[in-house]
Amino acid sequence: MQTPVQKAIQHRSTANESKIQLLKQMMKNNMRSYGMVIALVLIMLLFQILTGGILLRPLNITNLILQNSYILVLAIGMMLVIITGHIDLSVGSVAAFVGALAGILMVQHHVPMFVTVLISLLLGALIGAWQGFWVAYVKIPAFIVTLAGMLLFRGFTMIILEGQSIAPFPKSFQNISSGFLPDLFHGQNLHIFTLVIGLIASILFIGSEIRKRNNQKQYGFTISPAAVFGAKLIVIVAIIMAFSYVLATYEGIPTILIILAMLIIAYSFVANKTVIGRHIYAIGGNEKAAQLSGIKTKRVTFWVFVNMGVLAALSGLIFAARLNAATPKAGNLFELDAIAACFIGGASAYGGVGTISGAIIGGLVMGVINNGMSLLGLGIDWQQAIKGLVLLVAVAFDIYNKNKAA
Amino acid sequence: MSEFILEMRGITKEFPGVKALDNVNLKVREGEIHALCGENGAGKSTLMKVLSGVYPYGTYSGEILFKGEVCKFKNIKQSEELGIVIIHQELALIPYLSIAENIFLGNERAKKGIINWNETIVKTKELLQKVGLDESPHTLVGNLGVGKQQLVEIAKALSKEVKLLILDEPTAALNEDDSENLLNLLLEFKKQGMSAIIISHKLNEISKVADSITILRDGKTIETLDMKRDNVTEDRIIRGMVGRDLTNRYPVRNPKIGDVIFEVKDWNVYHPLHSERKVIDNVSIYIRKGEIVGIAGLMGAGRTELAMSVFGKSYGRKISGKVFKNGSEIDVSDVSKAIANGIAYVSEDRKGNGLILMEDIRKNITLSRLGKIAKKFVVDENKEIIEAERFRDQLKIKTPSVFQKTEALSGGNQQKVVLSKWIFAEPDILILDEPTRGIDVGAKYEIYTIIHQLAEEGKAILMISSELPEILGMCDRIYVMSEGRITGEVNRDEATQEKLMKLMTKTTVRRVV
Repeated sequence: MQTPVQKAIQHRSTANESKIQLLKQMMKNNMRSYGMVIALVLIMLLFQILTGGILLRPLNITNLILQNSYILVLAIGMMLVIITGHIDLSVGSVAAFVGALAGILMVQHHVPMFVTVLISLLLGALIGAWQGFWVAYVKIPAFIVTLAGMLLFRGFTMIILEGQSIAPFPKSFQNISSGFLPDLFHGQNLHIFTLVIGLIASILFIGSEIRKRNNQKQYGFTISPAAVFGAKLIVIVAIIMAFSYVLATYEGIPTILIILAMLIIAYSFVANKTVIGRHIYAIGGNEKAAQLSGIKTKRVTFWVFVNMGVLAALSGLIFAARLNAATPKAGNLFELDAIAACFIGGASAYGGVGTISGAIIGGLVMGVINNGMSLLGLGIDWQQAIKGLVLLVAVAFDIYNKNKAA
Repeated sequence: MSEFILEMRGITKEFPGVKALDNVNLKVREGEIHALCGENGAGKSTLMKVLSGVYPYGTYSGEILFKGEVCKFKNIKQSEELGIVIIHQELALIPYLSIAENIFLGNERAKKGIINWNETIVKTKELLQKVGLDESPHTLVGNLGVGKQQLVEIAKALSKEVKLLILDEPTAALNEDDSENLLNLLLEFKKQGMSAIIISHKLNEISKVADSITILRDGKTIETLDMKRDNVTEDRIIRGMVGRDLTNRYPVRNPKIGDVIFEVKDWNVYHPLHSERKVIDNVSIYIRKGEIVGIAGLMGAGRTELAMSVFGKSYGRKISGKVFKNGSEIDVSDVSKAIANGIAYVSEDRKGNGLILMEDIRKNITLSRLGKIAKKFVVDENKEIIEAERFRDQLKIKTPSVFQKTEALSGGNQQKVVLSKWIFAEPDILILDEPTRGIDVGAKYEIYTIIHQLAEEGKAILMISSELPEILGMCDRIYVMSEGRITGEVNRDEATQEKLMKLMTKTTVRRVV
C-alpha cells in the first residue's frame, strides 16, 4: 500500500521526469535544426579571436553584409531549386548578363533607374522561363540545361559588352548596394533610426511569437515551458538589439539589408506556410506521389526556375551596383557559392529537404570564413581550399546526424 | 545418379514476419519440362531465387541437390557455373548494348581482360541460330521487340552451357505468336536433353509443354502431378492452386447499395513505350453507391493500368473512352481534375507512388487537398494538425505523433496514412489498388473495416487485389480481367475461387495448342 504522500511524491517525480524528457527532446530537435547556427557562432568567435577583434567591428559587420548580399539573394532562389530536386548552374552568368544589360540601358542610353530595374527583372524571369521550360516540360536534366545556360548567357554578356566594362552607374543605382538608410533623428555618433528599427523588429518578433504560442495553446497543443519561451525571446531580442547597436555606431542600416530581410521573410513564409511551398517540397520528396496527389508538378517546377531567374537578375543588379560597373567577368563562380551555401545550410542533394534560413546561414558561414581569412591575410589559394573542406565537412556532419537519427 | 537432375528438400525461407516458403519440396527429372504453378505470392519466385543463389546458402533451411550433389550456392555465379540459369520475369538486358555484348555480359570472351570480339561475334551467331533469331549480333537490344529480347535472354542462358533453364513467366509480355514460338523452342531444347522449370500463369501453355507440374500455395508444396499419368486438366490445376479454406478473416457487413454513381465506357489504353501494344482493350465497368467492386486478375492482366489510366491518365497513351459520374460525363484528363471530380486512387506502390517518405504524417495526409485547410494559399498548420490527429485517432495509426516521418512507420500504418490522405480528399469513388499488400493479418482486418465504413458512408469502392480470398471476402461484385479485357463479371453469391481463376486464366484470342 502506498500512502497518499508517497503517491504524490511519485506523481511529482514522474511529472518532473516527463518535463525533463520533453526538454531533452526539444534540445535534441533544436540541436539538429540549429546545428549550423551554432557552427556559425563558433566560426565567428574563432575569427574574432584570431583577428584580434576586427571581425565584429561595426565597419566589418557592415562590410560582411554588403559583400555577401548578392550570394545570399542567389542562395534563396537556389534553395527552392534544390528542394525540387534540381540545380541551377547558370545563375552567375545570368547575373552578369542582366548586369551588362542594366549597364547598357542606364549608362549608355540613360534609361531611368526604375525602368531599368523593372526591365532587368523581367529579363531574369524570361531567362528562368526558358530554362524552366526545358527542365519541366521537355524533361532535360537541369544540370545540362543550366550548364548550357551558363555558357550561353556568359557568351551573351561578352557579346553585348563587346568585351568592355561599362561604368560608372548613376549614384541612385549605386545606392542599392552601398547606400544606408538616412537617420531621421539626426543622431551625433549614433544612428538612432537604426536603433528604432531594431526596437520595432524586436517588438514585432515578440508579438508574433506570443500570438503563435497562444494559438497553439488554444488548439490544446503541448507548448514549451514558459521559462524556456521567455529565455528564447530574451536571447533573440538581445541579438537583434546588439546587432542594431553595432550597425548604429557605423553608418546605420545598409539599404541592401532591408531588401535581404524582406526577401528572407517573404520566401520563408512561402516555403513554410503556403500551398505552393508545400507543393515544392512534395515534388522534391517524391515527384510521382506528388503528381498522383494532383499537384501540377511541371508547372510548379517551371515557376521555381522563373523565380530563380528573377533572383539571379536581382543579384546581378546588386553586384553591378556594388562594383559600380558592368563587366564581362561579373558573377563568375557565383553559382557554386550559392549551391555550397544551400548544402552547408542543410539541403539534400536528392531534393525535398532544406530551408530558406538554412541557405542564409550557409551563405553566412561561407561569407564569414572568406572575410575572416582575408582579414588574416590568407591568400585566395588557401581560401578556396579551406572553403572546399568546409563544404565537405558540413555535409558529412549533416549526413552523420541523419543516420544517427534514423 | 538418380533420375532427378534437381531435388530441393524441405526448403524454408523466412522474411521478417512472413514465412515465404514452408518446407517446400521440388523434384525435377532429367530432360523434362517442369511447371511451377501457384497464385501470386505463393512463393514460386522466392523458391527460384533460393535455387539460383540470389538468397545465398544459410539464409534458408533445407537442402538442394543438383545431379545428386549437395549445393550451397553463395551467389548466382556459382549456380550458373553448374548450369542452372534463371531468366527473370523482368528482362535483364541492357538496351544500349548490342545483342552480342548482352549475351556475353559478365561472361566476356576475353583473355587478360581484353575482349576477343571475333570470337564473341562467331559464338553469338551460333547461339542466335539455335534460338532461331535472325538478327545481326551488332543490333542494339533496345531496337528489338519484347519477343526477340526474350530469345536473346535464352541465347544468353545457352551461352552459359545451361543444364537446367528456369523461366519465370516467360510469355507474360509476349503476344500469341511470340509465345508459341518460344514454347516450341523449349520443346526443341527438351529433345536435345535440356531440363527446364517454367513458371507460368497461363494454364494452356503449361498443358502444352509441361511433363509434370508442382503446385505451390501459401509457401507450401501442395502436390506434384505427372501431366500424362494423372491426366491433368486445367480445372485440376486450378483446384490445386486455390483449394484453401476461407476462414473468418473478413468483417461482417450488410451492403446498402444505391444507384450507379461511376461508369467507365469503352476504355482503351496503349502501352506508354510500345505504342502498338494494347494494354486495356475495350473495358466497360460501373460501380454503384455503397458498393465494393473487385477487380480480379493475374499479374499483367491490366488492372493497375486500368485504374491509373482512369485516374487522370496517369498511365498509358492513346487513351480513349468515356467516364461518367451520376450519369454525366466527367473530365479525368489530369489528376487534379480527377480528384476534383471525386475520384481517389490508392496506389499499389505505397512507397513509390503513395507517400512522401521523408515528410511527416500530417503533411502526407493533407497533400492531395491542401486547399481544404488553407485560407488564400496560406496553410493553416494548426487546423492541419487537428485534422491529422483526427485521422490518427479514427484509423488507429500507431505513432507517437503526427510529426513522425512516414518512412519510420510499419507497412500497415503507412497504408493507413495513405488511406487517410485519400479520405481527406473526400472522394465519392475510391480505387484501392492492392490495399493490403505486404501488411500483416491484424492490420489487414483493420483496413477491411475502414473499407467497410467507407462503403457504409455511400462511397463507391473499386478494389484491385491479387488475393482471391480477399476479393471473395470483401466484394459485392467482381470483374475479372485477363490480357487487358474484362473476361467476366460475377456476383458475390455466385463467386468461387475456381470460377474466378478460370476467368483469370482465360485467353480470349486464339489458343495455343
